[in-house]
Amino acid sequence: MNTTAIPLQKVSDQLPRRKQARRNGRSVASATLDEVREALGAMPLRRDLLIEHLHALNDRHGQLRSDHLAALAQLLKLSQVEVYEVASFYHHFDVVREDAQGGYAAAPKLTVRVCNGLSCELAGAQALLAKLPALLGAEVRVLEAPCVGRCEQAPVAVVHQRAVPKADAAMVQALVEANQRGDNLPDAIDMAAYQAQGGYRLLRDCHTGTRDVESVIKTMEDSGLRGLGGAGFPAGRKWRIVRAEAAPRLMAVNIDEGEPGTFKDRHYLERDPHRFVEGMLVAAWAVGIDRIFVYLRDEYHGCRALLERELAALRANPPVPNLPEIELRRGAGAYICGEESAMIESIEGKRGMPRLRPPYVAQVGLFGRPTLEHNFETLFWVRDIVERGPQWFASHGRHGRHGLRSFSVSGRVREPGVKLAPAGITLRELVDEYCGGLPEGHELYGYLPGGASGGILPASLADIPLDFDTLQPHGCFIGSAAVMVLTKSATHIDRAVDAARNLMRFFEDESCGQCTPCRAGTTKTRALIEHDRWDTALLAELSQVMRDASICGLGQAAPNPVDCVVRYFPHELGAQ
Amino acid sequence: MNKPVDFIEFSLNGKTVAAAPGETLLNVAKRSGVRIPHLCAKNGLEPAGNCRACVVEVKGERTLAPSCCRTPTPGMTVDSASDRAVTAQKMVLELLTSDAGVASAEHTHESELLFWADKWKVPRGRLPGRAPVAKDASHPAFEVNLDACIQCTRCIRACRDIQVNDVLGLAMRGAHAKIVFDQDDAVVASSCVACGECVQACPTGALMPARGAGLAKIDREVESVCPYCGVGCQLTLHVGHDSQGEEKIHVVTGRDGPANHGRLCVKGRFGFDYVHNERRLTTPLVRRAGVAKDPADIERFKRGELALSALFREASWDEALDLAAGGLARIRDTTPPGTPSRLAGFGSAKGSNEEAYLFQKLVRTGMRTHNVDHCTRLCHASSVAALLEGLGSGAVSNPVEDVAQADVILLIGANPASNHPVAASWIKNAVQRGARLILADPRATPMARFAQWHLAFRPDTDVALLTGMLHVIVAEGLVDEAFVAARVNGYEAVKASVAEATPERMAEICGIDADTIREVARAFATSRGSMILWGMGVSQHVHGTDNARCLIALSLLTGQIGRPGTGLHPLRGQNNVQGASDAGLIPMMYPNYQRVVRDDAHAQFEAMWGTPLGREPGLTVVEIIKEAAAGRITGMYVEGENPAMSDPDLDHARAAMARLEHMVVQDIFATETAILADVVLPASAFAEKWGSVTNTDRLIQIGRPALKPPGQARQDLWSIEQVGRRLGLGWNYWRAEDGDGHAAAEAPTARVYEEMRTVMEPLAGVPWSRLVREDAVVTPAEREDQPGHAVVFTENFPTADGRATLVPARFVAGPEQPDSEFPFVISTGRVLEHWHTGAMTRHADVLDALAPVPTISLHPDDAQRLGAVHGGVLRVESHHGAIEGVADVTRAVNPGHLFVPFAYWEAAANKLTGSALDAFGKIPGFKVTAVRAFALPA
Repeated sequence: MNTTAIPLQKVSDQLPRRKQARRNGRSVASATLDEVREALGAMPLRRDLLIEHLHALNDRHGQLRSDHLAALAQLLKLSQVEVYEVASFYHHFDVVREDAQGGYAAAPKLTVRVCNGLSCELAGAQALLAKLPALLGAEVRVLEAPCVGRCEQAPVAVVHQRAVPKADAAMVQALVEANQRGDNLPDAIDMAAYQAQGGYRLLRDCHTGTRDVESVIKTMEDSGLRGLGGAGFPAGRKWRIVRAEAAPRLMAVNIDEGEPGTFKDRHYLERDPHRFVEGMLVAAWAVGIDRIFVYLRDEYHGCRALLERELAALRANPPVPNLPEIELRRGAGAYICGEESAMIESIEGKRGMPRLRPPYVAQVGLFGRPTLEHNFETLFWVRDIVERGPQWFASHGRHGRHGLRSFSVSGRVREPGVKLAPAGITLRELVDEYCGGLPEGHELYGYLPGGASGGILPASLADIPLDFDTLQPHGCFIGSAAVMVLTKSATHIDRAVDAARNLMRFFEDESCGQCTPCRAGTTKTRALIEHDRWDTALLAELSQVMRDASICGLGQAAPNPVDCVVRYFPHELGAQ
Repeated sequence: MNKPVDFIEFSLNGKTVAAAPGETLLNVAKRSGVRIPHLCAKNGLEPAGNCRACVVEVKGERTLAPSCCRTPTPGMTVDSASDRAVTAQKMVLELLTSDAGVASAEHTHESELLFWADKWKVPRGRLPGRAPVAKDASHPAFEVNLDACIQCTRCIRACRDIQVNDVLGLAMRGAHAKIVFDQDDAVVASSCVACGECVQACPTGALMPARGAGLAKIDREVESVCPYCGVGCQLTLHVGHDSQGEEKIHVVTGRDGPANHGRLCVKGRFGFDYVHNERRLTTPLVRRAGVAKDPADIERFKRGELALSALFREASWDEALDLAAGGLARIRDTTPPGTPSRLAGFGSAKGSNEEAYLFQKLVRTGMRTHNVDHCTRLCHASSVAALLEGLGSGAVSNPVEDVAQADVILLIGANPASNHPVAASWIKNAVQRGARLILADPRATPMARFAQWHLAFRPDTDVALLTGMLHVIVAEGLVDEAFVAARVNGYEAVKASVAEATPERMAEICGIDADTIREVARAFATSRGSMILWGMGVSQHVHGTDNARCLIALSLLTGQIGRPGTGLHPLRGQNNVQGASDAGLIPMMYPNYQRVVRDDAHAQFEAMWGTPLGREPGLTVVEIIKEAAAGRITGMYVEGENPAMSDPDLDHARAAMARLEHMVVQDIFATETAILADVVLPASAFAEKWGSVTNTDRLIQIGRPALKPPGQARQDLWSIEQVGRRLGLGWNYWRAEDGDGHAAAEAPTARVYEEMRTVMEPLAGVPWSRLVREDAVVTPAEREDQPGHAVVFTENFPTADGRATLVPARFVAGPEQPDSEFPFVISTGRVLEHWHTGAMTRHADVLDALAPVPTISLHPDDAQRLGAVHGGVLRVESHHGAIEGVADVTRAVNPGHLFVPFAYWEAAANKLTGSALDAFGKIPGFKVTAVRAFALPA
């Protein structure tokens, strides 16, 4: 008999196999969908509102559970990854995945954040960070946070959303024990008070034809006002450019004040919000815009409540007919979203990754439309400039420079805070005339003229004018005019190397990760400068590629502190 | 010199060059012979500009510019070779190499990163590397080695912009930025459909075929076509030797064919290894004397309880062929003259045009009967019946790709995301571009996410939904009167028949509210271009022809046909359904749809084939099985078909086949059908033969052999001819010089093709030589020197008067109605990984590992009522039979509705289905069977 073996059925066993019924990724239970619907409330299911949806979930549950994210994706007709990649991009979202049993670890009862910005570190943030966990117990989560924009109050802690100025451990403990977690509503000039002082008259004049568009734009141009977010593009010219683009045009307002050391926008917003709102509405009128998006950094909880209240008041009692639609959007913890195109992406509900330019946002911006994008403070000055005339603003200035600048001064000065001073003022003048000088026994050692990215200058360069364009020859820039002062005394020295390490950690954390020079460059640079001895030649090569080839200003400016250490503080490197 | 005005002149590395509008600096440089390193840029993908390896210096600009994203302006001065540019390029490469270089070298021989790093002499070892990154080898098809990842996002763009599966993304940020699947899940647990587009896109080996397949040495690359669905993707088979020295297909990649443009799906890319499966038939088999045919043997064999050698003995080819043909001849010759033939043949839409043509010729001339059919009967017979009746042609009017030009796409009763994945990607691309998708399907298939309207109507109420839409179109004056007047007959009859079908009335039947019916009817009627694509969800009903008639009416009344971006497209399920039907593998028609009953056709083929032919149409698939059950069909030749899985009312069908006096099965595996055979002939897989196939778009393409069949397996064409010769046919297609029938040969294939072409007008301009030269020609193509017609019916319809004819349809409830005893409705269908009866895919290791168990989908609410849990065992019973499968609890089905794929012998879905037929297409109602369900204890 023919007995050729014909093999029996055999399961191929070297392959990984799905154990059971195929799941198309996570499935969504009805109850989970209901939980998400409940958290979203009446919010429209629009893709551009994704970050708002995530906030709603994160606020309600103290975390973003993967089953909730899957359910949210289903409601928005998005794939899971489209939700997850956004959720995981922003530091303020606590994304948690299911454990092996499908359950979730409980969210921390409370989170305390301690600002690790340079000014807060100078004021002892690290000591505070070291003390708090033991003091507050295991149920309270203590995190380091990048600059929270309260540098004049350093060191700063934040209990959930409640900012603690000049924090010490006992104050934080007391607030935690009292469960005081909401931010204070700033005591600002409200709608009625603002109108009583003549507010919105300018806007009405514009709408009634008392003022014409051309003259208002001309006034803005003649004032020489430049964008006060850091890039310094002439404001009037920007209005003219966007106005020439095809309608519908949009406006995006940047209050994502995240540059370490900067707190001027918060300062003005907390005091006089309607001056900004009126400027914004005048700009919208002049450029022909009927939809405005205001992007406010998440850390400014009090400001958000204030702005919500005052915008509601404005809508309830509009000073002019046909008010543009104003949407207030909440950031979620991402420095990069202060970059204009990253902010636009974020407003669209996406990861805050800068766009390649061209095209410029004035031509192709939010939702693909021509977009007028402004920093808060730029709009804040519109009313004064138009009412008082262009020369009012231009007439200020020192050392051949023109205009006014709002310096956010922090670090080692007696009276830190926002100082409205003439453009072109020197550091020494600023400290002496506006900040009460240096603390007793301190000697100027160096300063940061423009936040984390503007570089570090030595005391020997304390007499150069501070303005746009004046610091480039020195390898620095003024940016948002965030001045941080370093000193030395008999007992301390604020080493530039330490500052550079602090700043490079910040850039590494805040890089969006899109382009190689910034993503890998910040990481490698940070690792290299942790060594006692620096390979300055290699660092210079890294600096060059970051400056030349990064997509946006973050990567292009990130090497500034390192280059400045090498250039101005070589003794620190040699001395190690 | 006259230059076109729209070219942009600029300076590149000191030379004046010209760019076409929109052309990037990188592309101009490539054209001009200037090398610039680049990693994130890839032809066919949107530029991202994130790797920065391609930065160049543009005079007057502060920073360097990514040449992959920048277009020149007139007079721009660009330098890619300046010190500054090259320094940046090198440092970018050094940064990436410091993180991914070592791993990239391990995972691939074709690392683009290392290619450029070597070319640019990038220093190594100066920068700290990154922390170790874990590998994800959870998926059977491919592995994820993020240690070689450079975050260039080519995979993400492939996944999201090209295939629109939206599984891959970039999560976290900064140095933590990471390519993730879903929510950073293991690939195998994610919603990844393993199309492999990301693997094809990855430049560093971070995504690679599993188990080192991508590192194998490749000796030959064979350009061919995918053997699975009707989309007809062109692909390249990469052949090398395995460790035993056997030739093997190691990897499959997509080719830029007209239907796929480089895209593939999991079956096409990772499902090729069935050809190497150890269970391939390698020797002719003959049933052992005294071993009776028992349908129960099928599952015994499948479960491994019964060896094939217990049923069959090995035989020589001569003995097997003599027995095969002898049995058929005996029945043929003992049938009393004047009585119906007792023979029948099932060909296959999985074979080539040449095999289909030769097989039907064999049955008609050698077995002397028109009882020849194939599984198109079970797929689109009703669609074809309606199309032939209405338009005079059963083929599609427009190719799938035309969705790119459509404004509204009506996708009804089709799940292309599973069954035609590359076609689905074109639809999803169209939606991304702004087209509006109407998905009409009781199930929330993956396409639902892209639909502006998902009409989850009650199963079996298609006619109600569609006549409701027609009512709106007539009532609201949305009829294209000029088009109807010029090109359509029968408008008044349809108008009268839909007069009562108000949206309100139809809403009650189909469950879609009246306003939505109005909205979609308006959108369809008024758009610039509306295209209809449908699948088995329309055709596999006892009123499938009526369903298709309604779609035809929708298209014709609104004038949405005869232009790009419009028309009617029944999505063909198998690689050669269109071609097999064209070639005459159907009982009522000769090749090219010449009706058997027509005198002229009869005379033509009698003359051509030189033999008397019958005048009555033959029986269809289900009719043949019914006759077999009744003992009136006693002999069959089954080539490449698996009716013991695909036919309805399977217990009955298997019993009928077991009753046959003589059955010959020719296949590559011992299929369920083969278990009931008398003689089994081992056949050749698609990758082992020459042959042409015609896709769903009427595109005829060429398949080339990459391998020899295993053992003594022979070419199908050779075997058919050998049986034919033994039935007395003096055929001489396969000649001595073409070999012994084992290895593929082009000449006999070309001979059969050319004979077929003499009766195939659409192929008039496509001689074999052109097909081999061009790989793909769309038909009809009248002239050899011109392309064929992708869009047809532009001027008139291929009917006697050149006009289309509408046939009214009214909603009538089908025979399978749920009641208190059988409260659920079950639909049969397919899953992404398995094709058809699973004869190929269940033998493809990767595909079977991905979808190893039969699932029965049910809604969470029903699961709760039945006490069923996801992954538990569910028993389903109908009037006809019962199966047990694994519960898949999902919201994709509505309450009261179950879904079961028919690829699993363990839970053969067709045990449940009934054999009631559509009156016109003779297709069974696979989509609707009344059942009851129970959860079984674990």
